[in-house]
Amino acid sequence: MAKPMDQITWQELEIGAVVVEIGNARQYETGSWRSERPIVDKKQCIRCGVCWLFCPDMSIVRASEGHFEANLTYCKGCGICAKECPVGCIKMVSEEE
Amino acid sequence: MGKVRKGIEVSIAIADAVKQADVDVIAAYPITPQTHIVEHLAEIVAEGELDAEFIPVDSEHSAMSVCCGSAAVGARTFTSTSSQGLALMSEIFFIAAAMRLPMVMALANRSLSGPLSIWNDHTDVMMVRDAGWIHIFTENGQEAYDNTFCAFRISEDPKVMLPVAVNLDGFILTHMIEPIEYEDDELINQYLPKFEMKNALHPDKPVSMGCFAMPEIYTEAQMNREQGVVNSYPRILKAWEEWGNLTGRHYKPIETYRADDAEYCIVTMGSYGETASEVVDTLREQGEKVGLVKIRLWRPFPFEEFRKAVLGKKHLIVIDRAISFGGPGGPVALELRSALYKKKGAPAIVNYIAGLAGRDVSRKDFTNIILEGKKKAASRDTDGFTLYGLRG
Amino acid sequence: MDRFSVFSARLVETAENFTSGHRACQGCAEALAVRHVVKALGRDTIIAMATGCMEIISSPLPLTSWKLPWIHNAFENPAAVISGCERGMKAMMRKGKLPQKKINFVAMGGDGATADIGMGSLSGALERGHDMLYVCYDNEAYMNTGIQRSSSTPFGASTTTSPAGKKSMGQNTQKKNMPKIAVAHNIPYVATACSSFPFDLMEKIKRAVETPGPAYVHVMSVCPTGWRIQPADAIKYGRLVVDSCVFPLYEVINGNYKLSYEPKQIITVKEYLSGQGRFRHLTDKEIEQIQEAVTRDYQKLVKMSEEV
Repeated sequence: MAKPMDQITWQELEIGAVVVEIGNARQYETGSWRSERPIVDKKQCIRCGVCWLFCPDMSIVRASEGHFEANLTYCKGCGICAKECPVGCIKMVSEEE
Repeated sequence: MGKVRKGIEVSIAIADAVKQADVDVIAAYPITPQTHIVEHLAEIVAEGELDAEFIPVDSEHSAMSVCCGSAAVGARTFTSTSSQGLALMSEIFFIAAAMRLPMVMALANRSLSGPLSIWNDHTDVMMVRDAGWIHIFTENGQEAYDNTFCAFRISEDPKVMLPVAVNLDGFILTHMIEPIEYEDDELINQYLPKFEMKNALHPDKPVSMGCFAMPEIYTEAQMNREQGVVNSYPRILKAWEEWGNLTGRHYKPIETYRADDAEYCIVTMGSYGETASEVVDTLREQGEKVGLVKIRLWRPFPFEEFRKAVLGKKHLIVIDRAISFGGPGGPVALELRSALYKKKGAPAIVNYIAGLAGRDVSRKDFTNIILEGKKKAASRDTDGFTLYGLRG
Repeated sequence: MDRFSVFSARLVETAENFTSGHRACQGCAEALAVRHVVKALGRDTIIAMATGCMEIISSPLPLTSWKLPWIHNAFENPAAVISGCERGMKAMMRKGKLPQKKINFVAMGGDGATADIGMGSLSGALERGHDMLYVCYDNEAYMNTGIQRSSSTPFGASTTTSPAGKKSMGQNTQKKNMPKIAVAHNIPYVATACSSFPFDLMEKIKRAVETPGPAYVHVMSVCPTGWRIQPADAIKYGRLVVDSCVFPLYEVINGNYKLSYEPKQIITVKEYLSGQGRFRHLTDKEIEQIQEAVTRDYQKLVKMSEEV
């Protein structure tokens, strides 16, 4: 778990400022960027995986019931999943609602 | 020790040192006066005498980039350049040090354009003074050969992890045939441990190198680098001490000649030291209480050693091989003035800039510089600099 | 269909080598391309990346989105850096300093890094014949620094340094043909791809790294921010750029051209250009000019593909 950028001391940096904790960008929760979120109609979802395939943020996940849904920690609300869904079962809904 | 000294061109000796060091990757672009080093390396790789990848790159910028890639995977890496080549690769030169990538460069000091000049001075190395590399200056072929090994040892030391430049004067050293004693491969293997790099790029242990820094963290990254350079100092001394124990040839950050009882000293860096020492002998016979101070380690600068050598002297005559236009004069004099600022017993400094672009500085010239410099010091005419031998 | 090993989203490798938390714009098809590429490459890969959008969004100290060994050194040199990694590893493995292992050496850069400032180092790396792959992510401008033109910006596009105005139609030079330049280096594998056709892209990446010697893959990367389109339309525009033949998908294997995809219905260039803010100033005449050039170039490509 990396400390926040503005708290790291010079001694704590790895030699050459190399980052050894791979994939730790997950600490940064891009979900706060959203102004709308994708809502999936579970019953209409045909589990094709196209939304998962086209998400630039890897933030579509397989729910336990088998359908796909957004990982709201990272979802930026770009709307690609809603646009690309072959059966149109994803709707973009404003965050305010 | 019964070893054979052979007369050999210094460039060839350096290439042979690289061979003995069992380098893995050599990436270089030809530029006068470094060409003989890389040509000989290409030859020994082609003949199978050295098992290494010789990469003839498309530019010096690519040369340093290839070296960064090679060092990043933990391969023992060597390159060589001069002047314009150093200028072109300077972007990556700084980055190599920032990323703490160990590698050795034979820097054949040559004048920077313009006007174009292939001959020797220190304008090229002074351009990259602040890059964070370790710089060793050599005075003759033996030193260049020896310090190539010391450079690998220092660079790859886990407590150092910094690129090292072995500076040698272009043509004056690179193209000179000098008597050089080669060491046995067994001694070299004893001296140079296997290069084990902590966070080398490898799929078994992935890391990210070269992440960018926001203002919130950049200062800390730079302090980490500064400490790295400063902390390399004891390791450099250790590497030289061990070389001295094995070969009988000892190197120090500041070396002096007849300076202990001298009233005043001349200060040189690079091949000028040899000629200067002969002039010191002659002037001593004439009653001048003059000595010689030679700077071998330029970065990290050996402040304590330097002060120990010169505090209490009346004045120093500093011979620079580069000029900072519109500035305070030669870069070496500038550093020394700074090192002595407000120190008790600090000598006055008279700055001469001599031998730009390989113009010969003979024993007579040294004599003139020393005696003129003495007069200037006596009349307190120590500001600025004198461009020695200027017509007009 | 038979040339794909995977053609269903459900059959694609689920492991991600590029993680969420990266700071790419919403709807960035270049980040999506990176995701697909590193999925296809697998764990035994070393990546050298140029300064640019993808480097910045993925590596703000002390965080990294990369799960593969990754190095960013400078802007114009990923090809040279990966050359050094490749030869360094080769030497060490040959000399027994490291155990033998097949590793993919991949350099990545944007269109600016590849076609402009990095041309020299790319050309050198391709000429030297390193066993490496160079992936160019082409979003058709210097997007990271604010949408300035590059030599890969298409004719007629408005960028901040080739803005459309009373005295200018925007970019008035033709897009540099980087795949053609790569082919001219006589390398064994060159391909074009787009993240809107992910199976094709991933297949080409796999083929590129399996080919010994240098490979070059040019990936059209739709940039909603720079192209002035809706983020949700990123994948749609990737299809339009291919279906209009503005950016055809093909491979060049040992100098032989092979079309990967022939659109069932070729759409007009106008349909592709309209809807993109960067082209909205174009006159009908200029659009016609573009259509003629695109049709002509596509026909040439089809002809070259038919030659055996």
